[in-house]
Amino acid sequence: MLNRTAENVARATPEPLARKVRGISDKGLAWLFISPTILLLLAINIFPLFWAIYLSFTNFRANRPNEVVKNLGFANYQRILGDQDIWIAMQTTAHFVFWTILLQTLIGFTLAWLIDRKFRGHAFWTTIILVPMMLSPAVVGNFWRFLYEPQIGLFAYAISFVTRIPPTDIQMLSNVSLAPWSIIIVDTWMWTPYVMLICLAGLRSIPEYIYEAAEVDRASNWRQFWSITLPMALPFIMLAVLFRGIENFKMFDMVNLLTGGGPGSTTEVASITLKRQAFESWRTGYSSAFAIILFVAVFGLANIYVKALNKVKQR
Amino acid sequence: MKSSLKLALGLASAITASTAVSNVAHAEDLTLCWAAWDPANALVELSKDFTKETGIGMKFEFVPWTNYADRFLNELNSHGKLCDLIIGDSQWIGGSAENGHYVKLNDFFDKEKISMDDFVPATVVGYSEWPKNTPNYWALPAMGDVVGWTYRKDWFSKPELQKEFKEKYGWDLGPPTTFDQLKQIAEFFQKREIDGKTVYGASIYTERGSEGITMGAMDVLYSFGFQYENPKKPYEMEGFVNSEKSVKGLEFYKALYDCCTPPGASNSYMGEGVDAFKSGQVAMHMNFAFTWPGLQKDENVGGDKIGYFVNPKGPDGEQFAQLGGQGISVVSYSDKQESALKYIKWFANKDVQAKWWSLGGYSCLNAVVKDPAFPASQPYAQTFLDSMAIVKDFWAEPSYAPLLQASQKRFHDYVVAGQGSAKDALDGLVKDWTQVFQDDGKM
Repeated sequence: MLNRTAENVARATPEPLARKVRGISDKGLAWLFISPTILLLLAINIFPLFWAIYLSFTNFRANRPNEVVKNLGFANYQRILGDQDIWIAMQTTAHFVFWTILLQTLIGFTLAWLIDRKFRGHAFWTTIILVPMMLSPAVVGNFWRFLYEPQIGLFAYAISFVTRIPPTDIQMLSNVSLAPWSIIIVDTWMWTPYVMLICLAGLRSIPEYIYEAAEVDRASNWRQFWSITLPMALPFIMLAVLFRGIENFKMFDMVNLLTGGGPGSTTEVASITLKRQAFESWRTGYSSAFAIILFVAVFGLANIYVKALNKVKQR
Repeated sequence: MKSSLKLALGLASAITASTAVSNVAHAEDLTLCWAAWDPANALVELSKDFTKETGIGMKFEFVPWTNYADRFLNELNSHGKLCDLIIGDSQWIGGSAENGHYVKLNDFFDKEKISMDDFVPATVVGYSEWPKNTPNYWALPAMGDVVGWTYRKDWFSKPELQKEFKEKYGWDLGPPTTFDQLKQIAEFFQKREIDGKTVYGASIYTERGSEGITMGAMDVLYSFGFQYENPKKPYEMEGFVNSEKSVKGLEFYKALYDCCTPPGASNSYMGEGVDAFKSGQVAMHMNFAFTWPGLQKDENVGGDKIGYFVNPKGPDGEQFAQLGGQGISVVSYSDKQESALKYIKWFANKDVQAKWWSLGGYSCLNAVVKDPAFPASQPYAQTFLDSMAIVKDFWAEPSYAPLLQASQKRFHDYVVAGQGSAKDALDGLVKDWTQVFQDDGKM
């Protein structure tokens, strides 16, 4: 049947085109199909990357196109690595990535484990839990900014109701100690469902017969969890951690919308610093060097992590 | 068949002709770029007269303040042809002149007999000249603006509050003339119940992202004795930016933020300030004068309920205010420079400038602002005039952006986040600014 269809297609192909195609080898045809994608990748990914590497060694400023571009060697890199503000921004990023991943993994896995019990209405609750993830970050940022508002925000009133602290004293976005946590809370609220989905896929992939065998061996629920559920779901959890880690390392939108990096520089993560240097201070060469450093850091860490993930999978 | 062919041909020709005609009609349309705010709406209204007079259509590209600099500086840096005319911020003048974004207007002014002596001197220096204080003009002063204050006249005139205030501070409650008085008033109103609602002392600029906290802090620092550089030795900042007087000024701004602003006002600029005043949250409100016409018309806080005062004096009696506002320039990448210059000529006309003021724009033309009827023309007119007489502006160097970013960070870190001392913040600022000027080869 398939052969007949192919023959029909071949017969319907106009002769001049058929003659041309007949001259192309399988490999040539494969290249023909993937070349548009490769060209596109070269144009929008690879070329800008190499261009950014080149710029990182110069004093180029995008707002002064007429100025002579000087080669600075590694001066931009030296300046960045010796800049205390950059290290503070990196620490802020690390703090944010660590806590969001920890909370999202713990809550996400717990939710997945509960949903996997398949209780009555679990499909409905799964959909409800997924809602935050479906919203646009711009909407989420603006809407949480109102929730956090100390005079009219529901969040402040809810906390006030429980703690009896006046709502106007609960200044989530203005208080230096609370502002980093305000972002962690929003990111956790929005992205825990994503971690939950991946963990749920992991839990659902565990064959039922393993649990049946454990039941026969009279293994307790706790023992089943530690010896079957967790080890078998671990590669999925690690995958979720990898995705969220990469995503949160470059976090920009939520921080920009909620605090803009403030108060002071308390929530100024690396991507905000990068944006300020590149598009507000117009230090294009300097910011290119910073972007390359960030890229190498994420790429290196992700590589180490993927190796660890592969080891876990092989066990 | 023939008739349908004729019909088709006829239709096609008609469509082609109408497109061509419309293209001809729009060929000279000018695009004016500015921020999206109340004065821009007034300019749209005003520009209808220009179209009537010249037949040149006007299109407008207005961008919200938060993206205004990013959007239009990108446009200029990429030599874009979107804007034929641009009303650019005062701090852009150095960069735009040196990078060739704006057309130099000296010859045009000479030819059209437009004299810069006819404009308020501070606006000429602030909006048109580069290098500063030299007769090199890159813009026509278009929209005068300055930071000043509004206050709740109705609250200030409540007899019970006046009595309590006099007992507490020993002077009559009224618009403050010194910053000490301003703080006392702000403290007095902070968390006070008025008409069953908790109100606060003052709304001040604290915004981190663009230029907010710098505009607010500088507005206070100038009157405390802050100077950008040694007047005798350009770019020498040590002992001027971080002088004892400057430290006192910054400490005052932080104290005002800590004691007397509404809860959560840690990222507040023009819009947030207007909201705080309009919603009856604050007794006093720091903002650019362009917000005053809108507030004056407001049903809840405008009319007789609002009053205006000039930025108060510092401890040594010095009195300055932060300059805002912009000049209008012709973009050098525009293909319609001739028409754009026609617009500038039209805009410089006295009658147009008078109408500009009546519509809600702030004219910089002496003939308008020095008219004997001007002070009484609006309740805020005299305050605007007095404020324009004491203005100072931020750096207008080509590197104004990194200079501004440095002050935004240093001021916000100290004033809002409470990190370090005022001296640390200003010492850090000298270090940052020195680095910028060294990178530019100016030091």
